[in-house]
Amino acid sequence: MKGPTESFPVAANRELGNAQLRSNLGNATSTIRAKRARVVEELPDWEALRDAGSAIKADVLANLDTYLLQFEQALTAAGATVHWARDGAEACAVVAEVARAHGADEVVKVKSLTTDEIELNATLAAQGIHALETDFAELILQLDGDWSSHILVPAIHRNRTEIRDLFQRTIAPDITSDEPGVLAEAARVYLRERFLNAKVGVSGANFGVAETGTLCVVESEGNGRMCTTLPPVLVSIIGIEKLVPSFADLEVFLQLLPRSSTGERMNPYTSLWTGVTEGDGPQELHVVLLDNGRTRVLEDEVGRQALHCIRCSACLNVCPVYSRTGGHAYGSVYPGPIGAILTPQLIGIENAPSLPFASSLCGACYEVCPVKIDIPRVLLHLREKSVDAVGGRTERAAMSGVGWVFGRAWRLRLAQRIGRVLQRPFVRDGVIRRLPPPLSAWTDSRDLRPIAPAHPSDENSGNDDE
Amino acid sequence: MSDARSQILDRIRTATGGAAAPPESRREYRHHDERSHAERVELFCERVGDYQAEVKRVHRDQLRAAIRNALKRHQAKRVAIPASFPQAWLSPSVEFIHDQGLTARELDGFDAVVTGCSVAIAETGTIVTTGGQYEGRRLLSLVPDLHICIVSESQIVGLVPEALAQVQLLVSRQRRPLTFISGPSATSDIELERVEGVHGPRKLVVLVVGEENP
Ligand code: SF4
Repeated sequence: MKGPTESFPVAANRELGNAQLRSNLGNATSTIRAKRARVVEELPDWEALRDAGSAIKADVLANLDTYLLQFEQALTAAGATVHWARDGAEACAVVAEVARAHGADEVVKVKSLTTDEIELNATLAAQGIHALETDFAELILQLDGDWSSHILVPAIHRNRTEIRDLFQRTIAPDITSDEPGVLAEAARVYLRERFLNAKVGVSGANFGVAETGTLCVVESEGNGRMCTTLPPVLVSIIGIEKLVPSFADLEVFLQLLPRSSTGERMNPYTSLWTGVTEGDGPQELHVVLLDNGRTRVLEDEVGRQALHCIRCSACLNVCPVYSRTGGHAYGSVYPGPIGAILTPQLIGIENAPSLPFASSLCGACYEVCPVKIDIPRVLLHLREKSVDAVGGRTERAAMSGVGWVFGRAWRLRLAQRIGRVLQRPFVRDGVIRRLPPPLSAWTDSRDLRPIAPAHPSDENSGNDDE
Repeated sequence: MSDARSQILDRIRTATGGAAAPPESRREYRHHDERSHAERVELFCERVGDYQAEVKRVHRDQLRAAIRNALKRHQAKRVAIPASFPQAWLSPSVEFIHDQGLTARELDGFDAVVTGCSVAIAETGTIVTTGGQYEGRRLLSLVPDLHICIVSESQIVGLVPEALAQVQLLVSRQRRPLTFISGPSATSDIELERVEGVHGPRKLVVLVVGEENP
């Protein structure tokens, strides 16, 4: 996985100068935020679902070896071929090999962050195989040689006229209207032919069920269904952390994910397939189990919770830093708060030392995270590691970067927030019982009132924006 | 030199070895819907409607006419149906073609498809197909531009966990593929404006069949 080529503050400063991006992002994040809040409110048991989601993921990580072996066995029994990949290169090699074996110079692909992470498209291209992106937004980016700025709505930084002009230059020379319906129709017509001819499909997976070997793809447009059912051969690449123990566990995540992600009660399409089904869908299925730094993340007891992530992007939409800088500033396929904790761990903190500082620690990301990843806590933990790895200069550089995003008043609140995050594991019933040493010398003799929670919307009020 | 599989497993064991066992997962969320049958059916119809799908409640005896009318409304002439679709639901005035191994390209020439489902979820307005005899293969409800789906009132459950419990054995014993459908296909990728219909059917008609006159 490629890391950032420049530090977060440098990239953020540049992106902040892009007015179109800022306004699109502002609109998008606040629209999705409101939709999410509405559908989350609707469920009386949302917190119980979050607790269950978090506990299931913790169990998966604690027993990952057992679940992976179970998954492999179930898949093999269901007629699939299982491949293990230590890194991106090994995973890409499997796809290339399968494509070559079937004489395919093009594969159709459904959007997957995992395949972006391993730079599958570029690797295949170097071997003469074209990976055709079939998500509407991904297609736009691919046609334009651009890259994603949001996990969920990757082309959020493009407006309709730009898309129309791009289509005119590429797939639909005769198009004149920039109506979204017309633009979507152009993509439909262009891709339909490619789906019908495709020999090999490539997908990621949102979940894999250890017990049954079932793979699950959650999507909206139907291109996921196309890619996973029409081609005679399918390769699915799944990060080893994406497992759930049993089929019934999906009942938790299929409620958490759509509501957190697009703010819908359910996304239009969810596909679940278990190996090869005779007469229905691909008759050859390859599943690649990808490590690529995940076992390194697993080593860190505080940081490993980043592997709970179900890529819903809720933390991006509430993040005051992200909503100003956009995804490109994070310099990796995982932007926003999750990117700030996942990227440095996947590729090594020394390769992305400023990312853990790309946050104001307001805690909004933790509040919305459907699997309760304590992102602020992991950020602080990684900041320490970053300073250890490359020295204090990073911190200063990074701080001035985030400070630039918010302005002066913001910095005054930072110290308070750090305190709030660090105390969290020690607060019971609203009172701090015991702090770890050396602070314990103080709490041992008295109960300490915790620092009051901040209101996430403080960040978005814009008071200290300029 | 060790292979990828044993090396990954080794790394996992080293990383997690000696770690404390995580707490038992608690499952204190709802597993059973407390609504009455009538409320549940009502809610399902409302939620499907929220996705911009067309919903119609019909009496069992009127199903055949309802299918025919929906097809007519959308000017659908060539209509695909699963191989063992019930004859009683088919109007002679429509060209119905049973799926005896139609290719995707052949299906692309159809105007519509009519299928049943296995279970439906009221709270999310979702239809679940499992490749059963009234549902057919996955590509059937995917390639044509109009999908008419028949849902019997008795198939409607309240909650996501109830639906998964019903299809669990089909997956674990028979490895049946599942598709959850919630409205027509959609994208919001252009300035967040929702457009119905990208690659899947652009129109979804749901006929909710009951014993009483709606
Ligand atoms: S960290 Fe949590 S909120 Fe952010 S994308 Fe992952 S699951 Fe969603």
